[in-house]
Amino acid sequence: MSLEDKFMKAILEAKNIVKYFGVDESKTYALKGVNLTAYYGEVLYIVGPSGSGKTTLLSIISGILRPNEGTVIVKDKDIWKMKDDDLADFRLNHIGFVFQDYHLFPKLTTTENVSIPLFLKRQNWDKSLKEAKYYLDVMGLGSKADLPVYKLSGGEQQRVAIARAIVSKPDILIFDEPTASLDGETGRQIISFTKEHLLTQDRTIIIVTHDSRIFEYANRILHMEDGKLKQTTNNHFDTEKNNTSVTQLEAQ
Amino acid sequence: MKGLLKIALKLLANDRGKFFTLILGVTFAVFLMNQMTSMFAGIMRKSTSNVINIGAKMWVMDPSVENDRSSIPLPDYVLDYVRSIKGVAMAVPIYFGSGLVKLPDGTYQGANIIGLDDTTLFGRPPIIKGDLNKIYNSDAFIGVVDSDYRKIGSPGIGSVLSINDHRAVIVALAKPTSGGLFGTPTLYTTYTRATQDLPQTRYSMSYILLNPKSNADITYIQEQVKKLGYKALTQKEFEKTIENFYKYKTGMGTNIMIMTLISFIVGLSIAGQTFYAFVLENLEKFGALKAIGAKKYELMSMILFQASVTSFIGYGFGIMFSSLMIAFSKARIPNYAAIVTYQNMLIAFLMVVVIAGFSSYIGIRKVLKIEPFDVFRG
Repeated sequence: MSLEDKFMKAILEAKNIVKYFGVDESKTYALKGVNLTAYYGEVLYIVGPSGSGKTTLLSIISGILRPNEGTVIVKDKDIWKMKDDDLADFRLNHIGFVFQDYHLFPKLTTTENVSIPLFLKRQNWDKSLKEAKYYLDVMGLGSKADLPVYKLSGGEQQRVAIARAIVSKPDILIFDEPTASLDGETGRQIISFTKEHLLTQDRTIIIVTHDSRIFEYANRILHMEDGKLKQTTNNHFDTEKNNTSVTQLEAQ
Repeated sequence: MKGLLKIALKLLANDRGKFFTLILGVTFAVFLMNQMTSMFAGIMRKSTSNVINIGAKMWVMDPSVENDRSSIPLPDYVLDYVRSIKGVAMAVPIYFGSGLVKLPDGTYQGANIIGLDDTTLFGRPPIIKGDLNKIYNSDAFIGVVDSDYRKIGSPGIGSVLSINDHRAVIVALAKPTSGGLFGTPTLYTTYTRATQDLPQTRYSMSYILLNPKSNADITYIQEQVKKLGYKALTQKEFEKTIENFYKYKTGMGTNIMIMTLISFIVGLSIAGQTFYAFVLENLEKFGALKAIGAKKYELMSMILFQASVTSFIGYGFGIMFSSLMIAFSKARIPNYAAIVTYQNMLIAFLMVVVIAGFSSYIGIRKVLKIEPFDVFRG
C-alpha cells in the first residue's frame, strides 16, 4: 500500500450518529445525525461553540458514550457492537486519551502515571516503567521522570498526559481541549510538538478545541453547531511532511 | 494486575490523612471488639473456675441447677444411689457454701467455703505450702492464694481466723488454676467441718462428684441418674450450662454483645465513610482509568485491595494494642478477667472482613456508576 493510498484510507467512520439526553419532554438532542470520517495520518480538529456537541461526538467515536443511533467503525470494527470488556480492551489498545484536565494521579511519579496503560495491559512493573521513561524522554521530560506529577507545571503535566496516551501505541490519539488550561505559547508548543513527533502514517490525531490559535496545525477542521457538522475546512494534507521520529524510535 | 494493585496501594498510601484515618478507624473498632469479646471470654472462664479447679469428670445435681454457685442441696440417698450405678468408679459429696470471715479491724469479708470429701479429699487444690494431712486437725482450713486472698489479710500458715464465729486455722496454702468471678476469697476444708460450721438447710450435699470407670459409661450413668429425678453432667456440659446461664440469663452476654456490636458499627462507620470520601475524591481518576481501558473487575480489584489493606493493617494494630492493654491491665489489676483467645481474634477478623467488604462495596458502587463521559465533560 502506497503512502498516498494509506492516507486516503479511513481509520474511523461514524455514520448517522444521533445522541440525546433525557426522556420525553426533557429530551435534548446533542447530536443530530452526524457523519464523520477520519483518515490515517491526519490531524483532524472538531471545533465549534460550547454545547455544539463536540465532546459528545468525541466520546462516541472513542467508545466511551453509546450513541442512540448510528454506527462507529474503527479499523473495520463496529465498536458499539462490542461487549463492555471488549470495548475497554479496544480503547486500551487503539485509542489514546488526553483529557482536558489531564486526570493524572498527582502524587504518583510521572513515570508511574505514564505506565498505567501498560499495567492495564498486564505488563510487568519494571518493564512498564522503563517503557514509560522512554516516552517521557520523547516528550522532553526525562529529567522529571521520578518527580510526583503535582510538582510539574501545567505544560509539563499536559506532556505527561500525552505520554500516557501514546505509551500503549494507539492508532487514534484523542485530545479534548488540549490548550484550555495553557497559555497561548505553551499550547502552541504542545500541539506543534504533537504533530511533529507523534503523527505517523499509522496514526490519526483528533482534537476537540475552540482555540483558533492552534487551527494552523490541523489537516482538516470540522465545524460543529447545534449537534450537526456544518462545514469542513481542508487546511493541507502534507503527505511529504510526515514525521517519523517516534516511529523510528519505537522501531529501535 | 500486580502493577495496578501496586498503583492502588500507592494511591491509598499517598493520601496520608485518609489512609491514617482509615487505619485508625479499623484499629479502634478492632481494639474495642477484641476488648469486649476478650472480657466476655475471661468472664466465662472465671464463671466456671470451680468446676475447672475441682476437676471431677462428672457432676450430679438437682435438674434445676443452672450454675455452680446456686446449688440445690441433695439428699444423702442420692449419693448411695449414684455409688450403686454400674460404671461409677468413685462418687463423693462436695459442699459449696459461704461464710463470713471476721477481720482484725472488726469488719467482715465473705468467703467461699468448699467442703471436700473427708476420706478422699477429692477436688482438692494443688498445695503450694503447708501439709495437706493437717486438714484433719481440728478447725483446719486451706487458703487459696489467689488475687482475692488479700481481702482476708493474706493469712499465712498457722493464722487463726473466725469464720461464722467458729475458729479456723490455716494449715496449708493452695494455688488455684483459675480465679473466681466474684472476687471473694476461697477456703477449703473437710465436708464434715464445713457442714458443721456453716448454716445448713435440711440437706447439705451441694453436688456429687463422680468419676466413671470409662467414658463409655457416661451415657448410662446419666440415664440412671435421670431416672431418679436428678441430672449428671460431664465437666464440659456443666461448664457450658454455667456459661449459658451467664450469657442468656444475666444480661451479661447481651450487654457485651451490644458493646461489641457498637464498636463494630463505630469502626464500620469511620472506615466506610472515610473510604467513601477517598473514592469520591478519586472518582474522576477512576473514570479516567475506565476511559483508558480499565475493566470493571480491574477497578473492583483495586478498590477491594485498598479496603482490604487498610482493614488488615487496622486489624493487626487493633489486636496488638488490645493484647498489650489486656496484658498491662492483668499485671496491674489482679481480678481483670479478659483473656485473648483465638475465637476472639477470629470474631474480630470476621468483622473486619465485613468492614472491608462494606467499604469496598460503597466505593465500587460509586466507581462502577461513573461514566467516562462525565470525565470528558469535566
